Amino acid sequence: MKFLSTGKPQGLLKILIFGIVSLFVGFGLAITPANADSVGEEFPDAVTGNVRVEGEPVAGVGISLTGEGYSAATVTDDRGRYFIGVPVRGVYSVTIDESTLPSTELGVEGGATQEVEFGLSDRVVKNFFIGAGVINQISMVDQIISRVVYGINFGLMLGLAAVGLSLVFGTTGLSNFAHGEMVTFGAVATFLIVSTGAPIWIAIPLGVALSAGFGWTLDAGLWRPVRKKGLGIVQLMIISIGLSLFLRYVIQFFVGGATEQLPGFDSPKVPLFGAVALSVTDLFSMGLSIAVIGLFAFWLLKTKTGKATRAISDNPDLAAASGIDVDRVIRIVWVIAAAMAGLSGVLWAYFRPGIKWDMGTQILLLIFAAVVLGGLGTAFGALLGALIVGILIETSGLLIPADLKYVAALVVLIVVLLVRPQGLLGRKQRVG
Amino acid sequence: MDWGSILNNTIAAFLTPTTIAFALAALGLAMHFGFAGLLNFGIAGFMAIGGYGYAISVLTFGLPWWAGMMVGVVGSILFAIVLGLPTLRLRGDYLAIVTIAAAEIARLMFLTTAFTDVTGSADGLFGFNTRQDGTGFQNSNPFPSGDYGFGPLSFNHQTLWVLTFGIAILGLCLWLLWALMRSPWGRVIKGIREDEDAVRALGKNVFAYKMQALIIGGVFGGLGGIVFAAFSNVSPGVFVTSLTFFIWTSLLLGGAATILGPVIGAIIFWVLQAFLSNFLSQLALSGILPVSTTQASTLRFVLVGLGLMLLVIYRPQGIFGDKRELTFVK
Repeated sequence: MKFLSTGKPQGLLKILIFGIVSLFVGFGLAITPANADSVGEEFPDAVTGNVRVEGEPVAGVGISLTGEGYSAATVTDDRGRYFIGVPVRGVYSVTIDESTLPSTELGVEGGATQEVEFGLSDRVVKNFFIGAGVINQISMVDQIISRVVYGINFGLMLGLAAVGLSLVFGTTGLSNFAHGEMVTFGAVATFLIVSTGAPIWIAIPLGVALSAGFGWTLDAGLWRPVRKKGLGIVQLMIISIGLSLFLRYVIQFFVGGATEQLPGFDSPKVPLFGAVALSVTDLFSMGLSIAVIGLFAFWLLKTKTGKATRAISDNPDLAAASGIDVDRVIRIVWVIAAAMAGLSGVLWAYFRPGIKWDMGTQILLLIFAAVVLGGLGTAFGALLGALIVGILIETSGLLIPADLKYVAALVVLIVVLLVRPQGLLGRKQRVG
Repeated sequence: MDWGSILNNTIAAFLTPTTIAFALAALGLAMHFGFAGLLNFGIAGFMAIGGYGYAISVLTFGLPWWAGMMVGVVGSILFAIVLGLPTLRLRGDYLAIVTIAAAEIARLMFLTTAFTDVTGSADGLFGFNTRQDGTGFQNSNPFPSGDYGFGPLSFNHQTLWVLTFGIAILGLCLWLLWALMRSPWGRVIKGIREDEDAVRALGKNVFAYKMQALIIGGVFGGLGGIVFAAFSNVSPGVFVTSLTFFIWTSLLLGGAATILGPVIGAIIFWVLQAFLSNFLSQLALSGILPVSTTQASTLRFVLVGLGLMLLVIYRPQGIFGDKRELTFVK
């Protein structure tokens, strides 16, 4: 069962004739192949692929295959595809006949002969994409810059949520696993208001206000009573896990499993500089995040309540002894944390894009990564951590597969905990 | 209301490979959290590594099933060591965050398309229990083809083989945990849970004890993943963070610092799940509850969350636990 293409056919017709004839000779049987681009269709396993030159499929390119004591050859069809069946799964080398390419000046990336290896599937895909594609024309520097800008956008959004999580941890010692649901709540509340016909510029403030009320309710209805009961931090953490499951499925109960969109999610991208193109909502989102974080910083640093919050983070007993109403401050912290998480949810709905019942859970670990990176309990550390995580996630896509980009952030989370458990801006004695 | 079918499906959940897998994983958590006080929120990662270790070594490397399962166990031991070496010195809630992140990393590595040839990516892996060359788990099935059991607890010969195997493994693990916990080793482990510094002052190597506990519990979790894989396929959609939380619910339901509690907790969890899923959808169908059947099936997870909260607030020692042996230290 062997048929080798030894000659170098000049035209498509000759290749077709040659291929068919060689098949007939090879099998000694009158089997007509289904396509001129397919050989060995009787085998269960096959090597297939596409040949494209500068993004355009090319017909009539010679492809030969050898390995496992077997060899075969074919040419690509008018859509640039080829198909070579093989008797056993194994390692084969696939060679593209460069003389059949439209221009001999084009080099094949990785060489004309490349190895393929079968995995579990009965097909192996070997594509030959030759010449520069449109995407590769952007220089590496421009790519990095645009990724960093997207990363800052993502990081600011994460930061809004992370600051709240960190403040709650600082004042109550709770690692709140239900923070993701507070993010989802803001987005869903905004969506429900929009679907009553309200314009988006009214819906977002209302949604954030509802989130703030949600934070107040959570503290008044659950967290304050369990604090009074004197439960340990591990118990609090597991309660927050139960709350997370509860809220997540309550949200799914009401909005279902589908993805919904807020108005303006598909606004066109505006080219700014270099390769950076941001949509109007992206720009608005970044501006809003910066403004809100600025306000928050002012509150935390300059107002009386903000100072009391920092005092409680440092030492709750001392703060209570100096006449600070700890419960009142914690209530305010919950309200602020929930409002900022809700706003972050609206922005996340634009960033993804879409509103879904588990959207908050998807970024919960990234928020934790940001908080831990900056230092648990520190507000500005959380913001710094969020920016680093955001930029890291977006730029890591240049080096590793896109579906592994969250892994980069989680690995950083673990490495930071090992090397510097107190985080970038945390103080050492926090960690026991 | 079809009470007969509700009752049938509820009783059927009593003994399934999934229940056994849950019981094994919960037993691992009992070792970690209940006895050693380690907050492991990555048990789904141990299960994933056990299940995938078995599936990949059979499919990619052509090992016979028992060797594949050994690979799964070795994989979960390695995962425990990699996780434990750097993190066991961290405070409890930090360990929780690291383990949850590590489990998610493991899951994303199985999910990515970069290793599709080996992991099957989002589709997962299947077809590793019955092999054409006769080395598969089901090829060693000693039961002749046919149906066994009675009433709601009837199984075909394949399920029966998985159940027999699973119960044998579970029994072995139960015996091991019981024997360990009444040995001097177990007393040191419980001592570490109560007061780490006191045990250190007695000259014990706390880190080594914690690591041993992490490895033993991790192997239980890995075996849970293997039993799960032996019954069906493995896919990254199963080993999510929610799975960890459901196993924690099972554990706390039965009692974290008990031997039989995790097993009974897993059974209660699945029997309740089966009852609620059938009962609520019947309520929705008959119009007593004004919701769709999809909403009715969501409701039972709402109740899981609510149940977990109430359990931790009002009965943290679990149904069978001893209040004096409360594991929530501080």
